[in-house]
Amino acid sequence: MTECVQCGADVTLHDDAEVGEIVDCTTCGAELEVVERTPPVLDRAPELEEDWGE
Amino acid sequence: MQIGLLYSRIRKDEKLLLAELRERGHEVVKIDVRDLQLALDEAPEILSGLDLVVDRCLATSRSLYATKFCEAYGVPVVNSAETAQTCADKVQNSLALAQSGVPTPATDVAFTKESAMESIESFGYPCVLKPVVGSWGRLMAKIDSRSAAEAILEHKATLGHYEHKVFYVQEFVDKPGRDIRVLAADGEPLSAMVRSSDHWLTNAAKGAETDAFELDAEAEKLVEQASDAVGGGLLGIDLMEVGGESESDYTVHEVNHTVEFKALNETTETDVPAEVVDWLEAKADEADEETKHEVVA
Ligand SMILES: [Zn+2]
Repeated sequence: MTECVQCGADVTLHDDAEVGEIVDCTTCGAELEVVERTPPVLDRAPELEEDWGE
Repeated sequence: MQIGLLYSRIRKDEKLLLAELRERGHEVVKIDVRDLQLALDEAPEILSGLDLVVDRCLATSRSLYATKFCEAYGVPVVNSAETAQTCADKVQNSLALAQSGVPTPATDVAFTKESAMESIESFGYPCVLKPVVGSWGRLMAKIDSRSAAEAILEHKATLGHYEHKVFYVQEFVDKPGRDIRVLAADGEPLSAMVRSSDHWLTNAAKGAETDAFELDAEAEKLVEQASDAVGGGLLGIDLMEVGGESESDYTVHEVNHTVEFKALNETTETDVPAEVVDWLEAKADEADEETKHEVVA
């Protein structure tokens, strides 16, 4: 369990969480990026940029 | 095998891939492109000793340069820089398809509002205006009238990034409310689905309904041709049925090079990550063979 960097609420990561994955804070809705897994560290997710393309 | 995964975000697609690769005992090196420093002469440590690098970068610019550098360092990478280059830009994509004789919607490219307006008028209404870069159906416009055309061109010319000042005007294809997405590996279809929507945009990212789809011989042939046209690789090929649902008459409107497959995996019976990893293993073997030949030669 770790804290949302935006609102401070507790965020629980799934067991299969990957570094680089984006998770939502269920309290404030912020998009958070998993930076470390053990112990979990979260950061604000980078904004979607224009040339992000499939 | 040692597989490098170039990424900037781990989506469901990448998680599926990672799980399949690890399950088969491959060693996966996750490479966050944001951490890379790519020198001209020497590969960064993290790229050394890899059998194959899989480019899963979301950002097109990163994908273009990172794959270029991998190739320069002699690190085998899929998809190739050439494929990325062709697919990342709708103009190059359309040209490649047309030059290979793959049926694709009639398209004009114009550089000013005035010349774009002439194209629009000659196509008639409705027609479609697309950005040359971008994805998930964003910033695509179906133009129903001259006044709408004037407003959109004005907005793009005034507010857009320079890339939005290249006007890509396309005929409106009256598809039967759906289009076909095929996942193909070097031209061989792995899985296919139809995306249906009341909306003219039938992207899965736009909430279209998806259903498994059986390709006929004609569609299979076009998938192979379209794949060859852009240089091969793991591709998402989008087809529309111009003859209606019952006729096998298609047009290929786009080939995508960092293809998302989670929707396909959920829609079809195919174990998509398994098929993709089968192909990656084959590519790594191929690359290995080539290196051996070079050493012998
Ligand atoms: Zn929060």
